[in-house]
Amino acid sequence: MRFVAEIFEGLAIALDAIRVHKLRAALTTLGVIIGVLTVTLMSAAINGIKTSFSENVMALGADTLYVSRMDWFIGSPDEWIKQSRRPRITLEQIRQLERLLPPQQFCIPYAEGTQPVKFKTRTAEAVEVVGTTDKFILATSARVAQGRFLTPAESDGARPVCVIGANVAANLFEGEPALGSRIWVGRNTFEVVGVFEKQGEAIPQAALDDAVVIPVGQFITQFRREPDFTVLVKTGDPGRLGEAREELRGAMRRVRRLPPDAEDDFAINSQESYLDLFNRVGGRIAAAGLFVTGLALFVGGIGIMNIMFVTVAERTYEIGLRKAVGARQRAILVQFLIEAACIALIGGVIALLLAWPGTWLLQLLVPAAMSVPTMLLALAVSLLTGLVAGFVPAWRAAKMKPVEALRHE
Amino acid sequence: MTALAVVLIRLINVWRCYKVGAETVEALRDVSLEIAKGEYVAIMGPSGSGKSTLMNVIGCLDTPTSGIYELDGVNVTEMDDDQLAEVRNRRIGFVFQTFNLLPRATALRNVELPLIYAGVPAGARRERARRALEQVGLSHRARHLPNEMSGGERQRVAIARALVNNPSILLADEPTGNLDSKTGSEIMALFDRLAEQGNTIIVVTHEEDVAKHARRIIRLRDGRIAADERRPVAGSGTVGSAARSAAG
Repeated sequence: MRFVAEIFEGLAIALDAIRVHKLRAALTTLGVIIGVLTVTLMSAAINGIKTSFSENVMALGADTLYVSRMDWFIGSPDEWIKQSRRPRITLEQIRQLERLLPPQQFCIPYAEGTQPVKFKTRTAEAVEVVGTTDKFILATSARVAQGRFLTPAESDGARPVCVIGANVAANLFEGEPALGSRIWVGRNTFEVVGVFEKQGEAIPQAALDDAVVIPVGQFITQFRREPDFTVLVKTGDPGRLGEAREELRGAMRRVRRLPPDAEDDFAINSQESYLDLFNRVGGRIAAAGLFVTGLALFVGGIGIMNIMFVTVAERTYEIGLRKAVGARQRAILVQFLIEAACIALIGGVIALLLAWPGTWLLQLLVPAAMSVPTMLLALAVSLLTGLVAGFVPAWRAAKMKPVEALRHE
Repeated sequence: MTALAVVLIRLINVWRCYKVGAETVEALRDVSLEIAKGEYVAIMGPSGSGKSTLMNVIGCLDTPTSGIYELDGVNVTEMDDDQLAEVRNRRIGFVFQTFNLLPRATALRNVELPLIYAGVPAGARRERARRALEQVGLSHRARHLPNEMSGGERQRVAIARALVNNPSILLADEPTGNLDSKTGSEIMALFDRLAEQGNTIIVVTHEEDVAKHARRIIRLRDGRIAADERRPVAGSGTVGSAARSAAG
């Protein structure tokens, strides 16, 4: 009961003190506002980037494994050299692999190269040309906006058709109808049968905006006889990815005719390796960012501490009086802690109100997202800043001898 | 003092020394003193005589360097800060020369202050504060801020605050020091009335006119009790004889 009364008294005093010293409180609050605002926006940016990255990676297909000659992320130059000496994966091996896998799983060959692409007088140098099969559309997040994707018959057949990315279509056709037109890819013409939806740019490797997709048969005959294939294996069940990976590894070793004691001469990649890399690098960037923005908050905290020392010094006599009429150390401590916490909390609330439009601005640069946990965290952080910063001044006030405090007129 | 009188304050060989730089100042030297319940005492002495220190010790704002201080039979010498705060809260009501009201709190809230630290619930607090203001004749000023009141009114608010917890002792330090003589006598009349109602009152002053109101005058000089005079209850005009007895 007494503690509750002390807290209410502390609150009344704090609000009163803030009301009386408006300018002082405002300036002190400003430090906290800047600190909490930067920390909040930083967390919003980190959260947003993380969420958007995960979504993009997931779009690659949570149940898809990528068998290729080399790992996507290689730790050292030596390892890179070693992996680059591995033999290529051939179309024949992909066919064998598909026969060894369970029936519900299927393999999609994927090869890419760079070719100039031309329509009428308009040329795009170095367009990514992808050779694959009709099933590729099942293992990508890309959607066809106009026309259609490749048909099974076209996949290995000799018909020169292509499906083009949104940027390619925009650059080559500039608004003219693309479907049915023939474009030059390298030294051959291909009929455009479909145009992809625009995907955006979170993971350039996964986006087909700047690509031209052609049947794998055409790719082999027109561009490269033995390309370095990647195999997309659609396993069908994201929950069993680990087991599927082991089965795939066994099958691939048989296809590659590896003796039991030999190392794998291929790599099985998955979207998880993107997430791993992101979490590793992103985690460090986030820590560094929060540390730097945390410095702003620290400065805000020092501002509070400073002003609380001033307040305690100014109100020494009042402290003496309160002690004379029976305030115990705890009551005085609580009183000044509440005052410091109030200043900080007001700063935190204002910072959140500013963080709202701030996040919109930030979204012009990064996919920032403000979440309820971030907001609660911001309030908790500001409260904690106030309590920590206010503690030493409040402690000093609580420990004052009443006689000495009363002498301080 | 009659045999029935209950000893409220008992100081036994109390010393209070301060270190000021390299020097030690002995503000109280071997002071022994008893004050009974219901007494009306004035503590007098020139500045530097130790009267403020004595008041601080009696008021539990300060503790003796050596010696024993018993308040109502309890030895307060060895209490820690919080225990002393508790004693001040429950047993002692202070009235200061400069009133010491919180400037931005109404008269009522000022009077409530000791009750907040006693943990009295809000409703009871307000009621008791109102009664205390009534006792000093200021019920009509309950909602006013200190700067809207005259000096005498402020001091009466301070007295109400000192009374609100029904303390054992009312300790007043130069209560009329900041008031004109007319208002000062009104305040002293209030103390007289409170004394008649049975309150134990100790007034620290250097004014003979103020001390005259008390039934007993303790004179300090250089940290020692130089004289301890009692005056007849009904008395007036006996200051001279008291002074003579102190001299003799």
